[in-house]
Amino acid sequence: MTGHAGMTGHIEPIIGRYVHVEIGGEMHRIYFEENGKGIPLVCLHTAGSDNRQWRYLLADEEFTGDFRIVAFDMPFHGKSNPPASWSGEQYQLTTARYTETIRAFCKALRLDKPVVMGCSIGGRIVLNLAIDHAAEFRALIGLEAADFQAPWYDTAWLNRPDVHGGEVCAALVSGLIAPQSPEAARRETLWAYKQGGPGVFKGDLFFYRVDGDLRGRVDKIDTKACPLYLLTGEYDFSCTPEDTRRTAASIDGARVTIMEEVGHFPMSENPQQFRRYIAPVLGEIAKVSSLFSTQGAHV
Amino acid sequence: MSSAPDAIGTAVIEAFSKIPAWLERSEGLTTRGRFVDCDCLLGPIEQPFHVAIRAGRIVDLVPAPVLMRSWRFSYCATSLAWAHYWQPMPRPGWHDLLALTKRGEAVLEGDIHPFMANLQYFKDVLALPRAYAQVAA
Repeated sequence: MTGHAGMTGHIEPIIGRYVHVEIGGEMHRIYFEENGKGIPLVCLHTAGSDNRQWRYLLADEEFTGDFRIVAFDMPFHGKSNPPASWSGEQYQLTTARYTETIRAFCKALRLDKPVVMGCSIGGRIVLNLAIDHAAEFRALIGLEAADFQAPWYDTAWLNRPDVHGGEVCAALVSGLIAPQSPEAARRETLWAYKQGGPGVFKGDLFFYRVDGDLRGRVDKIDTKACPLYLLTGEYDFSCTPEDTRRTAASIDGARVTIMEEVGHFPMSENPQQFRRYIAPVLGEIAKVSSLFSTQGAHV
Repeated sequence: MSSAPDAIGTAVIEAFSKIPAWLERSEGLTTRGRFVDCDCLLGPIEQPFHVAIRAGRIVDLVPAPVLMRSWRFSYCATSLAWAHYWQPMPRPGWHDLLALTKRGEAVLEGDIHPFMANLQYFKDVLALPRAYAQVAA
């Protein structure tokens, strides 16, 4: 031994584990990372990526004092493998399956009225949670969320043998990152796209483009039952600020924030800029939650 | 589609004509495009260029039309769109080739396989004037 006894490298406070979750009648081994204590805050990654997008928020001491932040990899993404029954057929995410997965994950961890924050497809499914399951959640936060967005490319290009899937997925979404975002964060955001399984990004977009069209349904959202916050980056030309504003216009009480110098991946492409916008939202949720629990103690 | 003043159109055409030389200075980009062999039509809608790419290098760039010259795919945008795209910090919606097609300021057509298979290469090649040219938007 040399003279470095007791010294270690910097170890982040994030803990990663697996939980076994029954989805669609089959057990799935779901990878999740967490940090913090308090109000459960479940974070949903974008299509074709994984929970690494949330690593900055997970390690942010400003939030981990009030929130138990949990970010999981959807099946087929990151370290959540396809289920044992999968025999190679085309992966395709549906509204029902996505909703079931989130609710089953929250139940498996016994989360008490969690806050759910999702980005992109995660933002879209948050709207569906608000429509059908508002009573189960303390608050819902949709990043880059809208009831529908106009498509801007043919998803057939994402999974074919004569085009490298990782390269084309990353190159497509590279344009959704704001030019002000730090280069290292931009590259890290794209790296997850280069690592995705074949056809997984495309399969997620089946939900986004086809199955999860919520036009005509979002006016059923009751923000008194569950507050709804929508935050969208000004450089997101996939889910544009106009898409989010249009969606919010039919939801009484929905709170909209347009984030400057941010694109489609606020939490990973520019974590510092994102925290400027998410801090007041999480602060408000923590404050209301605290008031509620205090009042509850007097009952 | 938006129309641009003549001065912008002239500056955009001038910048396009210099892209082959700027690409030669970008070793990382030519290395990344080493498998790209393609004849394509690129540039301002008002004055596109026939561009011949071999092993990631532009070996020929001439103003269209050229008699009976064919191309595999075409990406053409308004001069105003190129001018916006090349700003050091482009405005939202003008900052990406496919943002321009979505907003109707650019047209992508033909057999787009080489474009999609080398998408980041083409995005970066067509962004070279951002680093080298000063085109007012």
